[in-house]
This record gives sequence, C-alpha cells and structure tokens, in this order.
Amino acid sequence: MSEEVTAEILQTHILDLAADGRRMDGRGPDEYRAVSIQPGFVATADGSALVRLGETMVLAGIKLELGKPFPDTPNAGVLTTNAELVPLSSPTFEPGPPTPGAVEVSRVVDRSIRAAEVVDLASLCVTPGEKTWVCYVDVHMLGHAGNLIDAAQLAAVAALSGATVPAKRFGVADADYPLPIHHRPVECTFVRLGEAIVVDPTFDEERAAQGRLTVATDEAGRVVAMQKGSVGAFSPDDVKSVVRRAFVHGDRLRERLAEAGR
Amino acid sequence: MGNIGAKEVPTLLDAEGRRIDGRRLDELRPIQIRAGPLRQADGSAFVEWGANKVMAAVYGPREVHPRHLQQNTKAVIQCRYNMAAFSVDERKRPGIDRRSQEISKVIAEALDSVVFAEEFPRTSIDVYIEVLQANAGTRCAGLVAASVALADAGIPMADLLPAVAVGKVGGAIALDLKKEEDNFGEADLPMALVPQSGRLVLLQMEGHMTEPELAQALDLGVGGCRVIYEKMKAALRERYSVAPAAEEAAA
Amino acid sequence: MKPGPGTYRVGGKVYASQLGLLAPRPPLLQVVPLSGRYLPRAGDTVVGTVTDVQSTFWLLDIGAPRWAPLHMTGVPWKVDVGETEQYLRVGDAVVVRVENLDPTGRIGVSMQGEGLGKLEGGTIVRISPARVPRLVGRGGSMIETIVRHTSAEVAIGQNGRVWIGGSAEAIRRVADVLRMIEENGPRPGLTDRVERFLVASTPTGPAAEGVPVRGVLHDEAPPPGGAPDEEVGADSTGAPEDD
Repeated sequence: MSEEVTAEILQTHILDLAADGRRMDGRGPDEYRAVSIQPGFVATADGSALVRLGETMVLAGIKLELGKPFPDTPNAGVLTTNAELVPLSSPTFEPGPPTPGAVEVSRVVDRSIRAAEVVDLASLCVTPGEKTWVCYVDVHMLGHAGNLIDAAQLAAVAALSGATVPAKRFGVADADYPLPIHHRPVECTFVRLGEAIVVDPTFDEERAAQGRLTVATDEAGRVVAMQKGSVGAFSPDDVKSVVRRAFVHGDRLRERLAEAGR
Repeated sequence: MGNIGAKEVPTLLDAEGRRIDGRRLDELRPIQIRAGPLRQADGSAFVEWGANKVMAAVYGPREVHPRHLQQNTKAVIQCRYNMAAFSVDERKRPGIDRRSQEISKVIAEALDSVVFAEEFPRTSIDVYIEVLQANAGTRCAGLVAASVALADAGIPMADLLPAVAVGKVGGAIALDLKKEEDNFGEADLPMALVPQSGRLVLLQMEGHMTEPELAQALDLGVGGCRVIYEKMKAALRERYSVAPAAEEAAA
Repeated sequence: MKPGPGTYRVGGKVYASQLGLLAPRPPLLQVVPLSGRYLPRAGDTVVGTVTDVQSTFWLLDIGAPRWAPLHMTGVPWKVDVGETEQYLRVGDAVVVRVENLDPTGRIGVSMQGEGLGKLEGGTIVRISPARVPRLVGRGGSMIETIVRHTSAEVAIGQNGRVWIGGSAEAIRRVADVLRMIEENGPRPGLTDRVERFLVASTPTGPAAEGVPVRGVLHDEAPPPGGAPDEEVGADSTGAPEDD
C-alpha cells in the first residue's frame, strides 16, 4: 500500500515520452509486450496455464466438480471466476480479504468468458435441475508488472481451452473428455497517457494513467465485454479507435493461444 | 493422515523394500530449486519437489503494516502460507483456513529462529508462500523456498533452513513422504534443521511411532536435510554465479 | 581473523550471515552482500521520494528498511512549522545525505550540501544497491563512460536509485545500460562491454533528437558524473570484483 509512492518526475517522464510516441521500455504506443503461454502447468488442476506478459506472471487453474444447477437455470452448468491478487506478487498488495481491485479483475475476466460463451454452459448439465458440472476458474497472480486483467483473462481462456472434464473420476461417464470450447475471447487493455492511448500498460504506466479501458473481442468479430477503470475519461472516438486496435491485438493473442494448445 | 486402517490401503512397501514410486526408504523425491524468479520481490524462490510446486517471495525489511505489530527491538517476521484453489485434487476454497494459519505460524517461528531480526528493529520481513501444486510435504517445500528467498533478499541469518518430512509407511521409517504415503502411512514427521548448529527449528508429528522408530526418523530426517541444504546453496550460487573468463572472452 | 560485516562467530568459527562474496580485510573477515535492500550508512548520498508530509518534517522512501524523516531544519530553505507542504510534496524526488542512524533504525537525513536538493525533470530508475559500485566503476570509470557517450546527467544514489536527466533518447540509453549492469552481476569486463554497447548504439541523424532537456537539480547544478567519485572509491564495502 503506502510503501510504494511513485515519484512524480517518473510519471511526468512517462507522459512526456507518450506525447512523443515513446515509452520507457522502448515500445511503441501500439506494441504489446512479449507473451508466453505455458499450458498444463499444474497437474492437480483439470486445466491450467501460466501466462507471462513481460514480467507480469499469472497462473490460472480450472477445477470441475459436480453440483446442483441454479433454480432459474436448471439446464445450465455453473461457472465461477475468482482472481487472487496475492501479496507475493507485488509490494503494493497486502494479505486479507479480496480487495475491490481483485474483485474487478475477477468480474471483468468472468464477464468476457460468460458473454463470449467460451464454455457452452448447457453442455455442462448432467441431469436437468439436479446435477451439473460446476466449473471453477481460479486465477493466481504471481508477478504484477502491469496489466493484470489481460494476463488473467488470457491465462483463464488458455486454461479452459486445455481443460478436461473429469467424468470418469466422478463416475458419470466411462472416460474423461475435453471441455467443449466455443469461442476464444481475448481482453486487451489500454491506458490514457495525456493525449496518447497505449496498449498493455506496465505497472508504472498504470500509475501515471489518466484512465484505463479494456475491450474483449472474440474471433467472430464481436466485442464481448468492456471495462473503463481508474480515474480519467475517454471520448466516444477514443473508444472506437481502441476497439479497432483491440481487434488487431486480439487476433494476434488468439494466434498465441492456438500455438500454445488446442 | 486420516484413513489410517482403511481397507483400501495400497501396498506402500514391496518385498524388496521399495516404495510406491520405486524409491528406497532413505531416498528423496527429485528437487529443483530456482532462486530469484520474481522481479517485484526483494527475494524469491521456486521449488519443484516431487509433484509439489511452491513459490515464495520475501518483502523487507520494510515498514510494518499493520503498525501495531511493530516491535521496538527487532523485525517482526510475518509469514503467509497459502494454497491455490487448484493445487489439490478437490478444489480448496480460496483464503486462509486454520491449517494454513498454523503452518504460517510454525514456518514464521522457524525462520525467526535463524534470522538476525534484531538488526532491523521496528520493521517487518514479510514472507509469502504460495502452494501451486500440492503432493504432501508442502510445508517443508514452502519453508525451503522461503529460506532461499530470504537469502536471495540479502537478509542476515545464521543459516539456510532445509526441511523434510519423515514418516512411517508399511511399518518402516521412510524419508520424504509423497501423497499416498502421507494419506495411508502410519506417521508423518516434518522437520527443519539449522545445519550450522545441528538443531531443529520446526518439528511436528502426527501418527504413531515407537521410541526407537522416532530416533531413527530424526536421524533419517537430519540426513535428508543435509542433502537438501546442498541443493539450496547450489541454487543461490547459480543465481549469482560469475561467468568464467573464457566464456566472457568468447561472448 | 575477526568477524566483520556480514558474518558472525559461534565458538571458534566465523560464519557468513548473508549471501555474498567473501572479502577478507585483515584483521576482519567480511562478506559483501550481493543482494538485498539498501542499508543506510552515514555519509551516503541517496535518491528518495517523499511519501508523507508532517508539519515539521517529511518522510522519505529511500529504499531502506524504514522511511527516513527529513526535518524542516535539514533543508536549504527556511521553513516554518506547518509550511513543509509548500516546499516538498508527496511524490517529489530528492537527493539527500544520510547523517546519522540510531539503534532503533531511525535514519536521519539532510538536504544541506553540495549536490543535494529537489530533483526536477528527468526520471528515476532503480538498480540493486549491491550493483552501485559497478555502476560507479573503479575511480568513477563506468559512470564517466556512460555520461561521455550519452550526454545524460546522472545522479547515483548509494541506495540504487538513479536519477537520469537529459533528452528522452539519452535517458533511454542510460536506462538500457543500467538494465545491463543489473542483469550482468559480478562479471569482469563490464565497463568495456558497456562502452562497446554505447558505441554500437550511438544514434545518428534525427533519431538523436528527443524531448528537450528539462532535468536540473533544484537551484544547484547536478554533480558532474553523478555520485562523487572519491566517496565511492573510498567505500570500505565496495565490491572487490572491480574491473
């Protein structure tokens, strides 16, 4: 918390650079950091992926259990997303119950997965009204060097994409089978630095930012979730331009997902 | 433990004295230790030990939060051992339960026994342990990771703290239990050793052993700790290694 | 040999208490740390950030175990009680000198002296405090090389916080070199390699132009070549693996 006060001159320097189309780490305004996706990192999970965006490191794990469907959706499975900003990952995080920041990451990731129908929830239903698969998406932050939302969402989708339904273990089928995946939404986050809007912010850029905008797109050309965060404002034209850029980055990130696994 | 005396107990020890995964009684599971994988922390370590995967990070010495925990004559060592929801077969509800609280406490006290905390009054040394994949022995793996992370953070201390669990499986005393042995064995005894003094700073036990068995277990554990100690030092040496002059010239 | 810094004695034996390099300085046996937070010593020049303002003092984050109070009588201005906020605010970057340390870990700092003051413009980059002797180099050779090839202004804090002023391009190039020093650890021949890197990456033509210079030390010229060479050269815990 209070430990890390960012020097004002560092923020000013970031804004000066941005006005000139540059960034501290040498990237251009529309350049994403190096992305690595390591699927199957955790053997105890039904699906998992370790994602690195530069020095940001996030681990997502999938667990499937049998449970009861919600009364208002008796034919649908249940999916919940939980993100933990554990204090191991940043000097700015403290132990304790989930902070509003952690809840925001969870919900933004959850929304894109739900809206884009990554998992066909109907296919998770075992006995309507009685028994269904409950799919837990747990996201564990290991290193916070900026842009946790994109890293968390990419890890979640990569983990879901490689997940197995443990049907044999739970005695509802003779064999386990791959979790059916419909769509692959990818979240792409931008921050405003003065008049510039840059993609994939670092920790220091997030601190200097005057507004953050996340756009989730899917491979079918749909925008499936958005979130404006932190203090600042965007014009409708800003948003339109960010959405266009989010599609371009989204397609590249989806290529990385495809390379990483099925 | 649990399940002691359960009917479906697997054969933990074969006729030749080999264990469920083919190990001898005094054999450790494979261990890999990496020092300094996390940039944001003052020190960090990643330990893969059998099918355990554990990450530890150290922040500090730094200002104490919450303030009332501050001690006037020494640094307070705060530890948080946490298991990821997906680290075990049956999903664990996120958050710190009673088991995690107890483990956090005994690990913090073990570390406090060797750290020269009096050099940093009114500060906090925060140790965070995240179990990402669990297969018995996570408190020992966590303590080993935490100890390497403390060294990586430049914290002054008497020594590194190697740790291992000894147990009793199929009637025999065995080193470094894996999950099936922990679940169906007759005893589990995690310990941590200060190699410099030869003393134990973490010691717990669950199950049942005779007095001679306990003595044997302690000796076996100390021997195991000495092997792990060398791996911990090697990991730190690798992180801070100096490139040989020949390689330098070629570069 | 007697136990020196970074060691302790039990019975007749001396053990290392810290990860580091053995550097015997008879009659002392000492270990020079390779990592860890900045541990202040009186006389050190450090770069800090204001984290809190009280009516008679400011609290500075200098990367040490504790925040360092800078009293209103320790600045180059005449400040009255309650006026502190008018001079330095949270987030301001400063260069100060460590004056004294008391047994409770309290760090007294002062802003009175040559090369000390509030930093304006430029930026701050962090390296491990253990790398500072490498950045300075023997007799200041490394930092001189860096400044000569980049035309940047550099103020090195013993706490591993480095202020860089100059054009955006100069700042970026110095930051690149700092990353190189940070990642290369205790290897020989670093100054030569840094020089080769800077020569190879010298920008030509329009790329050399950047954001106009805005970095100046408040009301004083920045120290030439950053940290005073003599101070570091005489540094008793300077890394023994100098080039």
